[in-house]
Amino acid sequence: MTKIDLKDDHAVVIIGSGAGGGTLAHELTRRGVKVVLLEAGKRQSLDTFSQVPGEAFGQLTWLDTRTQSGNWGVARDFPTLPVWHCKTVGGTTVHWTASAPRLQPWELRAKSSYGKIAGTSLIDWPISYEELEKYYIVAERRMGVTRRNDMPGLPASNNFKVMYAGAKKLGYKQVHTGHMAINSRSYDGRGFCIQQGFCVQGCKMGAKWSTLYTEIPEAEATGNLDLRIESTATRIEHGPGGHINAVIYRDISGQEHLQKARLVCVAGNAIETARLLLLSASPRFPHGLANSSDQVGRNYCHQITGFVWGIFDKPVYSWRGATLAGVVEDEVVNDPRRGFAGGYRIELVTLDLPTLPLVGLPYGWGRDFASIIEAYRNLAGMFINGEDLPRSDNRITLNSNVKDAFGQPVANIHVDEHPNDGAMRKHAQGQMSRMYEAMGAKRVVVGPTPPATHNLGTARMSTDPREGVTNGWGQTHDIKNLFISDGSVLTTPGAANPTLTIVALALRQAEYLSQQMKVGNV
Amino acid sequence: MNSKLESGYGLNHAVAYRETQMDQLLPRREFLKTTTGLLTGLVVAGSPLALIAPGRAWAVNLTALTSAEAATLMVGARTIAPHDKLDDAAYALVVHSVDLDATSDERVRKMIKEGIARLSTGFANSVECDRVAALKRIESSEFFQAIRLKTLQVLYATPMAYAYFGYEGEAFSKGGYVLRGFNDLRWLPEVPLEDSGSVPI
Repeated sequence: MTKIDLKDDHAVVIIGSGAGGGTLAHELTRRGVKVVLLEAGKRQSLDTFSQVPGEAFGQLTWLDTRTQSGNWGVARDFPTLPVWHCKTVGGTTVHWTASAPRLQPWELRAKSSYGKIAGTSLIDWPISYEELEKYYIVAERRMGVTRRNDMPGLPASNNFKVMYAGAKKLGYKQVHTGHMAINSRSYDGRGFCIQQGFCVQGCKMGAKWSTLYTEIPEAEATGNLDLRIESTATRIEHGPGGHINAVIYRDISGQEHLQKARLVCVAGNAIETARLLLLSASPRFPHGLANSSDQVGRNYCHQITGFVWGIFDKPVYSWRGATLAGVVEDEVVNDPRRGFAGGYRIELVTLDLPTLPLVGLPYGWGRDFASIIEAYRNLAGMFINGEDLPRSDNRITLNSNVKDAFGQPVANIHVDEHPNDGAMRKHAQGQMSRMYEAMGAKRVVVGPTPPATHNLGTARMSTDPREGVTNGWGQTHDIKNLFISDGSVLTTPGAANPTLTIVALALRQAEYLSQQMKVGNV
Repeated sequence: MNSKLESGYGLNHAVAYRETQMDQLLPRREFLKTTTGLLTGLVVAGSPLALIAPGRAWAVNLTALTSAEAATLMVGARTIAPHDKLDDAAYALVVHSVDLDATSDERVRKMIKEGIARLSTGFANSVECDRVAALKRIESSEFFQAIRLKTLQVLYATPMAYAYFGYEGEAFSKGGYVLRGFNDLRWLPEVPLEDSGSVPI
């Protein structure tokens, strides 16, 4: 195990070991850079992943208190769990369902594509699709994404057969088992998918890409990584010139440590990344780090979702098989005739029996509610992943009334839905209902919006420093040696599940960073 | 809706799951000194429970609730999630989980006991439509919401529920579902290979 001295001010400190932080750690260490990787959670492995759904949830989920406000359905339906992401080595790549589509060129030009929409803070990305594409190609190869390069598609599950038939009845053309970061064949020293259906509990085959057992061990093998688990960053420090020089963190016993740093990359998931910047306020930066624009924490996006279940008179056994391996991509277009801006993906989904009544069904009890679960064998499922539009007041703030275990204010998540969100969800749930009805469903159940798993935009990239927090490299506009390396930097969310984009941006950031370090700019 | 109407996933979720294990169903003779009541039942021959139960009879020791309170609560859980042929033992584990909460937290104990007391004495023996009406009247109460959430969290995570609903659960130890029916649906056409992929084994 490599140890980097607390006083070593040549170290790069990365906070968070998920898609962004884990990938960046690998990319920097393999170029010879010494990295301290701080991870708040414990380290699990293929052997320790629990396959009891509730236990796995407790093992992997970030359960520290958050508060929330606003009119989104999640505040009503899941008051204590607004967002569902991980606190473990590998971050949210441990429980993700591995859907890895690309953003579309027009999605990176959101404001130009959609025009001015009242009540939004839309801007265009500072980088082009052509620029991003180069890194998508590398990321897809790295992660073994299906239906890209030489990786074949995943085979069709029962649940997908229902989706496919319904989609074709409605005339959809782009319907397949998805671009999944799940090995359909053994690849990169990892086995192939055996269709367990336990993607969310941690893939015991390691067929699903996760930084836990790809990027992080590779980074460790370079001898340049000092991974510190159960280490929660509480503050980023700067010197008199405003340059970042250290990170303060607490270990599991609550003991405080100060790690000197040459530069710091924050990748704590969009909620905690914004919170940490705000918590690090100082006399020089009274509103938090990198926040002269007052954009830190604002423009929080989570992507539109919502379940639809079809109950059939024959069995589906939807729990058998890769959870999300199916997609309809025809609605990933910007067609204002549908009554909303932006696109959405229809994606295959299922939930294990214990989770279905808690997350997948609308509030209820009694005979009617129970009758849906009675039909569990015969249930087919889908949901959407659609673009939500950034709004200045949908934001992460510090809630001084509620403190965490270390006595620091927790994050409050405020989301007021834009009319565009509801219009998109209604259209999508209507289309999915028609798909199941076309296949003879006895009943269609429209479910709620689950806790947000895609947390984006709270330190967004912008060309104009007044409109965002970082430049096109994830480098903060205000502080040269402070970088953001997770989904916080996505300028707009688009309709693509975000992990592939986060990885592509981390690959690109690593190139820039090491070059900037070489020439002595940071 | 107020914040009490919570669909489910939350901080106490993982805890509730741990209380669904079969070892809570003790053979009848084992009593604890702290026992305040008891829920008992027989295992129906040929039922899913018969395959996994530790014996022919089961008992749940209670450490906060009385036997009468527990019996009322069990009927309440059945009214919230009525699955007629699902074994009583599954509902008994819901009651057990509520009892544990009531044992460890004085405020919860008071809230649960008062909530049960407020249901009419005839609740447990009344017909379903009357029971539903009685619960509807208290739907917004903390008591009802706690019982509803607990029922959903515990009931569907029990081995009895897995067997009853046909849910096969964990698959890694059995080689996944790749050779055990993940694609055995035959009432629809097969998906063309170009939109899916071949099975790797």
